[in-house]
Formats: sequence, structure tokens, C-alpha cells
Amino acid sequence: MYTDQINIAETHWDVLVIGAGNAGLCAAITAAEAGCSVLVLDSAPRDMRGGNTRHTRNLRAQHDAPTDVLTESYSLDEYYDDLLRVTKGVTNESLAKMTLEKSAELTGWLGARGVRFQPALTGTLNLGRTNAFFLGGGRAMLNSLCRHAEGLGVVFRYDTEVSAMNLDDGFCEGVTLGDNTEVTATKVIATAGGFEANLDWLAEGWGDAAQNFLVRGTPYNKGVVLRSLLDQGIKPVGDVDQCHAVAIDARAPKYDGGISSRIDGVPFGVVVNKHAKRFYDEGEDFWPKRYAIWGRLVAAQPDQIGYVIVDKIGAGRFMPSVFTPISDDTLEGLAGLLDLDPQTLGQTVDEFNAACPPAPIDQSILDGKATSGLNPEKTNWAAPIAVPPFYGFPLRPGITFTYMGVAVNDKAQILMADGTPSPNLFAAGEIMAGNILGQGYLAGIGMTIGGVFGRLAGGSAARMLNKGTGE
Amino acid sequence: MGPNLIELATSPAHEETARLMQICNACRYCEGFCAVFPAMELRRVFEPADTAYLANLCHHCGACYHACQYAPPHEFGVNVPQALAERRLESYGQFAWPRPMAKVFDHNGLIVSMAVTAVLALAVGLMLLLISPTLFWGVHLGEGAFYQIMPHVVMAGIPLAITGFVVVALVMSWRRYWRATGGKWTGWRTGWQSVREAMAASASMRYLGGNNSGDGDGCSGADERPSRLRRYYHHFTFYGFMLCFVSTSLGTLYHYLLGREAPYGYFEPPVLIGTIGGVMLCIGTAGLWHEKRKMDKATKSLKTLGMDYAFIWLLFWVSATGLILLAVRHTGYMGLTLAVHLGFVYAFFLVLPFSKFVHGLYRFAALIAYASEHPRS
Repeated sequence: MYTDQINIAETHWDVLVIGAGNAGLCAAITAAEAGCSVLVLDSAPRDMRGGNTRHTRNLRAQHDAPTDVLTESYSLDEYYDDLLRVTKGVTNESLAKMTLEKSAELTGWLGARGVRFQPALTGTLNLGRTNAFFLGGGRAMLNSLCRHAEGLGVVFRYDTEVSAMNLDDGFCEGVTLGDNTEVTATKVIATAGGFEANLDWLAEGWGDAAQNFLVRGTPYNKGVVLRSLLDQGIKPVGDVDQCHAVAIDARAPKYDGGISSRIDGVPFGVVVNKHAKRFYDEGEDFWPKRYAIWGRLVAAQPDQIGYVIVDKIGAGRFMPSVFTPISDDTLEGLAGLLDLDPQTLGQTVDEFNAACPPAPIDQSILDGKATSGLNPEKTNWAAPIAVPPFYGFPLRPGITFTYMGVAVNDKAQILMADGTPSPNLFAAGEIMAGNILGQGYLAGIGMTIGGVFGRLAGGSAARMLNKGTGE
Repeated sequence: MGPNLIELATSPAHEETARLMQICNACRYCEGFCAVFPAMELRRVFEPADTAYLANLCHHCGACYHACQYAPPHEFGVNVPQALAERRLESYGQFAWPRPMAKVFDHNGLIVSMAVTAVLALAVGLMLLLISPTLFWGVHLGEGAFYQIMPHVVMAGIPLAITGFVVVALVMSWRRYWRATGGKWTGWRTGWQSVREAMAASASMRYLGGNNSGDGDGCSGADERPSRLRRYYHHFTFYGFMLCFVSTSLGTLYHYLLGREAPYGYFEPPVLIGTIGGVMLCIGTAGLWHEKRKMDKATKSLKTLGMDYAFIWLLFWVSATGLILLAVRHTGYMGLTLAVHLGFVYAFFLVLPFSKFVHGLYRFAALIAYASEHPRS
């Protein structure tokens, strides 16, 4: 039967999955492999399907020995320590430990379903020990999973937004679509992402500053499904202002800028606000360990804008940016181009240069080359900004994903406000990631949570339908 | 890389490629696919010489388009395979020698087709005109049968005369490419190593797999479905061509060394090898044509299709007419078939330096440069 001729509203589905990202596809495939009829809805058009998975690149996986896609070993304890460090303990210990434990199976499971990984020891980022990289990134991974799911008979509908979840005391009777038709299913799995593309909702946590945020993630995550669930007595998890916010190029698109909007130059120059004043230690730690705090730092500055200033030497120390840096042969000229006060910028840079230790710096280590007498100091890699041309990159907070979501249990069942599980509602991915990642950021863990809970949700739904999961 | 001794002009295709490479260089998700992206990562600025080099590393497999988070309808509108295809076509013109022939690449499909038609008409026409009908339509058997229609001196002399020019044109084009892209001979030891790696990559089409570790799923077609067919068809074409080359060389040796004149028996090495090569070429070129038609139209470039199809079909008919000649050489149609076959062969030789044939030349040069830029530990 041609799946595009099925009237999805006239069919009663075993399992309905909302969202065709990593979590949704893992759920759909698991349920379909167990023999369930599965419908996947995605609010984006086919070319933009899969939520933020399109912008991802890797997943973080525990392993005790080298594998074909991961080097050395990454023990459960080390992984959990990393998680505790970034979340400062804001995590559900039992769910977290279960997730990290199950992360070990993920690359093999995905690989058996057509997902290709880069071989270990390749690539630009030094994450080959902890993270497995999808060959071609998240969209390539999505394409493989969608193809596999279609082969199992999973039906997909794109451009199909769910406008409301129809709950009766925690039991999901079905969902209403944007065109007011209703789709019914015995089990419903919500993998519809967060609300990063909903600036009004972000404003509840951030106030007016939210209007100046750029959304690095998909424009389709407006949080409609999450809001509908929370409004109907589902137990929330996480705070409304918690999100993965990095400082990105202010010239990036308002939505969907993805990875390439990143600016890596902060540790190799100074960062000033719109008054041309420094406001934070640019050399606190290696950039991969610090970039996730700079979104918040810039968000706290007037008009939510900052400027990285580097000279010719500094510009050679980091990966190129998608946007050509703004440059001039003099600092005054650069200040003019950036709309900064030339005198203040000159003063800030002069004071910084005078406070720098003797050359050279070593960017491969925390070299301790700190300024002295500044407030704030720059504690590593402090080198004078003196060799023209001078470059400037404007910075804005860029939101990739939000952390507030629905509470779940270890079967991926959504919990009611009183803690009892819904009889037929499940969640996976960003919509519930806050259970594990309450705050902070650990590269690749979002995909791990999505994969682990996607499989759990699909498996739990199938088992409750008395279908074999084959696992 | 050494200094660029020839300045290449900028162009819309170059500027589009440079724009995309700046986006890709800030993303790098595709670095596992092929040679293009690791080569890009070594660069910050993209001059016309750089985009020409990158374009000639690309096999147009389409994998990076379907994997791209910035592909249309995203506002960045990233379509690397299409941009590189157009830059590649343009680079053929920029490197062509003699220089006035650069224009041939502006309308390559049309010009190559017209040139082939003209040469074919000339060859058949002249033979009809100059050879008596009894000879032309007669049955000729045994050694030297072909040369009763056309003396060996003429039959072999024409391509030999063209070959001199063709070789000079190819060498000069290669030299222009090498100087323009800043290619530098790194000395015999490492240089030879790079040449060997380039030969291995060409022979296996290592980078036409969608995975630069060598075992990719192949080209990414419509619906993102991967397929290795295009790679296999290219192998048929390339190795079929090589077998035909060997067959022709063997025939020459038979003629001058052993003093034996064609046609040779079906199972004698020159014929047997040529037959296998010819069949492979027919399968390979027909397959490549089919795969090109099936290619996702989002990544296709209409500008390059004419050149692609003209060369594919020329190769097909060179080998197909050779096979037909083999089948009818004992009949009265031998004369006509020989005329048509020779027409295609002569046309092929003539257009060689100004057809898609040159892709192999620049691809190989680019792979040598790539190997020396990326020494394997």
C-alpha cells in the first residue's frame, strides 16, 4: 500500500510518535520492529524534518574498551562525574545512571539500522574518546533512520503540526492537528522538542532580553506539545530559563543558524560590551569547556550584545567563522565599524596590552599567562592585541535548546503532577532531557538521552500492547 | 603548495563556491565524506585557484547535499555538488590549451556533438567517394582484410597525426592546471608517494563512496538513497577503456613486430581483450548515463549535463561500433561499419583535449596535490 494514500485520521494507530527527530525515530523503529503500526508526525516540511537532530553531530557513549567509532574507554563513573560537574547535581540520579549505562548500546543499535559513523580518531574536534560522530552529521543520520523506518512500514507525515494533546486525567485520547482533524492511537509518544523557537515563552524566564536572542536551533520547536501537556496536569521538570545558550555571531540568522554561527575566538582576544568595556575572564578555561556559559554572559550585558576583538595573530588561532570578520587596520577604525566608542575601546585595549605577561602564549595548555591588575583579569593566553589588521566579531546569545520539560520514569512514561505515570503517554528527547540535564551542557548527551529514551518509549509502548520487542 | 604562477580570473561560479566554502569551513560535518572537505579545512581564504582545486576533487556524489543542515530551503542555500560541478566545468575552460579553445567548454555538449557529426560525415563521405563501390561493399576475408578498403598507413596515420597534437594539448593543459593551483613537486621520495596514492585513489575511486575511509554507501540519489552503481559503472568505463587501449597497443605490436595484419581471430589477445573492453565500455557508459539521469535534480547542474552526455555517448558509440564491426566483418557491411567506427574513433581523438576526458587529468593532478597536503602517517 502506498503510505501517502492512507488517511491518517481514519486509521487507529497502535503508536503515534510526535516529532521525527532522533528520539522519535528511535521510538518509531523500536515499536515498528515489535509489530506495532506507527505514525510519525513532524511539523516541519520534509527538507527541514527532525527538529534539532538536523543540527547535531555526535552522541556521547559509555564504553569500557575501544570500539570502531570510539577510542580508549569512557567509564560509567567518569561519564556520571562529567554529568554531575556540568549540572551541579541537578539531575535525577537513577534515570541518569540508567541512561549512561544504556548509552553503550547506542552506536551498535544505530549502526545496525543504517547510521554511519566516522571512524575513531578522525575529525576536527578532540572528542573521539567520549563521542561518536555521525558521518555527515545529524541530518545524514536522520535520513538513514527515516529510510529504515519507512522500510518497516512506519508512516510519516510532514508539515503536520499537533496543536493540542487531548488528555483525560492523564490518558491521551488522541491529538488535534493544526487543521482540526483528530488522530487517535493506543499509545502516544511525545518527542516534539522544547520551546527555543518561542521567544514569548523564553521571555517568561528572560524578560525582554529574550527578544534579542538568536535561535540556533530549528524554528519548528515552538513548544506547542509541551505547553499542552503542562497545561493538562503533567508534572514539569526544569526551570523556564534553563537552556543551552552560547555566544554566536550576531549576524547569524534569527532562526536555524546551527553550528556554523559559532565564534571560537573569545580566548584569543578580549570581549567588550556595547560600552567597549570588558566584563568577564576570556581565558578562564579551554573554549569547549566555556563556550556554553558565554550565551548567558552576553545575555546579561546591555542590549544583549558583545564584541570579540582580536588582532592578526589572534585571528589565526581559531577555526574560521561563517561570517567574514569586520576588520580595519586601526583599532579606532574598527571601533567605528562596530559602533563602539573609539576612545574607550582604545583605552580598554591599551590597559589590557599593558597588563599582559611576556610572550609567548601556548594555546594547547592552560598556560597561566594571565594579566595583572585588571578587573576582570584574563587568566590564560593573555597576549597583546597589537598587530594589524584588527578584527571584530559581534556576539549575541544563541539558544540551541531548552531544558524545561515533562517528568518521566524509567520506562519513559510521562508522570502526572502527583507522580503517577500516565497509562499511555511517553516522552523522549529534548522534551524530557531536563530530567537528566537539569542545567549546564555536555556535548552529545542530548542525542544520547534521545536515543536511550526513544528506544525505551517505543519498547514500553509495544510491550504494553503485548507486542514483542525482540530485545 | 607553491606559488601560483598563473592567475585565474574570478567568476560567479568561483564566488558561489567561495561563499559555500566559508560556510562549510565553519561547520565541517561533511569532513568524513570525501577529499574536498579535508582539503578545504587547510584553507581560510578561497581564491579562484583554491576553488578550482576543490572542484576537481569532487565526484558529485551528492552525499554532502543530502546531509546538509544548510541546504535549501535554508536561507544559506548550500548546494556544494552543484556549485563545484559548475566551477569544475569552468576550470576546464580556464586550463584549456591552446587558449582560444577555452570557449569550447562554454557549449561543450553542442560543440562536441557537432564535431563528432562532422568527422563522422567526413570519414564516411570520403570513403564512399574515394573507394570503389565493389571494394567498399565487397566481402573481404583473411589477414589484411581491413586494409583492402583503407591502407594501413592512412588508417593509423590519421590518429597518429592527431595524437601528436592531442598529447601536447593535454600536457599543456595539465601544466596550466598545475601552475595555476600552485602544485609543487615535493621531491622524488614524497612526490612519488603522492603519485602512488593518487593512482590508488583513482583506480579505486576511493572518494566516490560518500566515506573517505573508503567503504561508503555510495552516491546519494533522490530520496537520499545511497547507491554504489555509479562507482561500478565508472569502473566498467575506466577499465573497459584501459583494455581497449591495451588491445590497440597489442594490435600495433602484432602489426609491426610479428608482421601479422588485422583482422585477428576472435580469441586472439588483441580481439579478445578489445571485445571485453568494448562490452565493458558499453555497459559502463550506458550505466553512467542512466545514473546521471536518475541523479537528484536538486544537485544537478544543467550547465554541465551537455558535456557529460556528449562524452558518455561518444565513448559508447566508439565501442559499440567496434563491436558491431566485429560482428559483421565477414559480410559486405564491413566497409560501411569500418567507416562509421573509424569516424567515431577519429572524432574521439580529435575532441579529446576539449571534452570531458580532461576531468581525469585534473582529478589526478588534484589527487596528487591532496596526497602531498595530507601525508599519511
